Amino acid sequence: MIKRALQRRQFAAPRQYVVYAAAVLIFGLFAVVLRDDGFVTASNLLNIGRQAAPIAVMAVGMAFALGAAEIDLSIGSVAALSSLVVADAVGSLGFAAGVAITLAIGMGIGAVNGFIAVKVRIPSFLVTLGTLGIVSGVARNLNNLQSLPIRNDTYLNVFGAGSLGPISSLLIWTVIVGVVGHLVLHQLRWGRHVLAVGADRSAAGALGIKTDRVRIAALIASATAASLAGMLLAGRLAIGRHDLGENLLLTVIAAVVIGGTNLFGGRASVAGAIAGSIVMAMLNNGLILMGLRVADQLIARGAIIILAVALSMREQKET
Amino acid sequence: MNAAAPAAALEAEGLCKSFRAVRALDHVDLTLRYGEVTALLGDNGAGKSTFVKCVAGVYAPDAGVLRVDGVATSITTPDAARALGIETVHQTLAVIDTLDVAENLFLNREHTRGGPIGAWLGVLDKKRMRSETEHILERLGIRIPSLRHSMGALSGGQRQAVAIGRATAWGRQIVMLDEPAAALGVEQAARVLELILNLREGGAAVLLITHNMDRVSEVCDRAVVLRQGRKTAEVAVGDVTKDDLVGYITGAKSQQAHS
Repeated sequence: MIKRALQRRQFAAPRQYVVYAAAVLIFGLFAVVLRDDGFVTASNLLNIGRQAAPIAVMAVGMAFALGAAEIDLSIGSVAALSSLVVADAVGSLGFAAGVAITLAIGMGIGAVNGFIAVKVRIPSFLVTLGTLGIVSGVARNLNNLQSLPIRNDTYLNVFGAGSLGPISSLLIWTVIVGVVGHLVLHQLRWGRHVLAVGADRSAAGALGIKTDRVRIAALIASATAASLAGMLLAGRLAIGRHDLGENLLLTVIAAVVIGGTNLFGGRASVAGAIAGSIVMAMLNNGLILMGLRVADQLIARGAIIILAVALSMREQKET
Repeated sequence: MNAAAPAAALEAEGLCKSFRAVRALDHVDLTLRYGEVTALLGDNGAGKSTFVKCVAGVYAPDAGVLRVDGVATSITTPDAARALGIETVHQTLAVIDTLDVAENLFLNREHTRGGPIGAWLGVLDKKRMRSETEHILERLGIRIPSLRHSMGALSGGQRQAVAIGRATAWGRQIVMLDEPAAALGVEQAARVLELILNLREGGAAVLLITHNMDRVSEVCDRAVVLRQGRKTAEVAVGDVTKDDLVGYITGAKSQQAHS
């Protein structure tokens, strides 16, 4: 029995490193195949990093939701709404108030998601599918499908094209969110309770963990992260628009699951989620450089995501 | 046993709990005394686990009184039960397979570091919890190959040992064990019984749910029998045979409980 446990441990160990191997592999592949298309140029790598940033921020939030055995399908629409709200609010109320209001709206949507899922006992995938529709609709109504330019320099510096020394502010946000997420998940009581609730809600409840609160908070975390990601998208393009980030949901879920987070709760990795986001950003970038048409990109990306998630889930079932 | 009955640790009086039309508990009276092991017997669906969950704060009883050390209390959450010194090993063990042994032992009872701010944030003191886990397991004679193993990688007996260790490690005075030795090997089951006897020696009040009549005669002082949610018998184990107990459980024999 003990021997078997040890063996399992040995097999289990590489699982969390699969995503890093995949990152290196895909990078190597594109570096060779796309060497004439400028994949490994400084500007393209920076571009990949900037594209990965909003994905990574959403992925960290999603890691908490999935870790708690919940899922948040509304993140893409929350990001889109946030890009519009922040564009408007920063213009009319100034930098600090605009950012604060936008984050508060994200938190609020997460709280509503969590409250309905927990108190009305509707699975979070259904609740958030509903809010996905509602939030998308609100975003479309907000400015009649028009994009809203952002002219606040402070905002563009902090959330967009700016940099601290040589490091793009988008990358700094990714690092901040990653470090905070990692510490919360592994060093704080709450992070441990998230995983306990995700692994076995009734056992966690029998030990007195307030499972309702933990689940609501996990959904607040994912929606707030999505709101921040929307602000980064808005900063990068210097506009808010009703569809910014709207199509990132599947990409984010793939990034998180490839990164070693269990789709059904109990196990999560923030570092893996960020590595998974870089993998997804490289794939997006490589497919574009290959000259695929948008329609073909969609097909290729969908197939790759299913394949990648299938592989990482097979790994997870082993344990 | 001494002539003077030991002091009551927990008294349940007229405990009722229904699930829709089913009366899972129907005016059940039960007393646990310090330094005594009480068996709670009954067929499947007799209400044993429901009783345990009502006392452990998992279910809220519909009616009845719970007294701990003679003081009437309402136990509305598992936290409240734990704060009153009531520890429970549930039938499902309530261990988290993806967390390791130390993490399970200290789940929702985590030590924090970094002073008041650390406590407020809940900054885990992993080192302290790990070293205390070692001491606890050693004291209880539970052998686990490595504390870093996730619970899911342990054998059934080891998982059970950790669950029982968690309930008994804190010097608590009221311990309820729901089928703690079911599905265990002979040696592991003996180990569990030893833990129970240690608890009794330490003066704890123990409630043991089991289907195994040998175990009842080995470690229990008294036996309470439930049948369809009602208490049908309460006996001193020394006064009856195993056949008597089986008779009470199946309803072939009956005793008007008078308490």
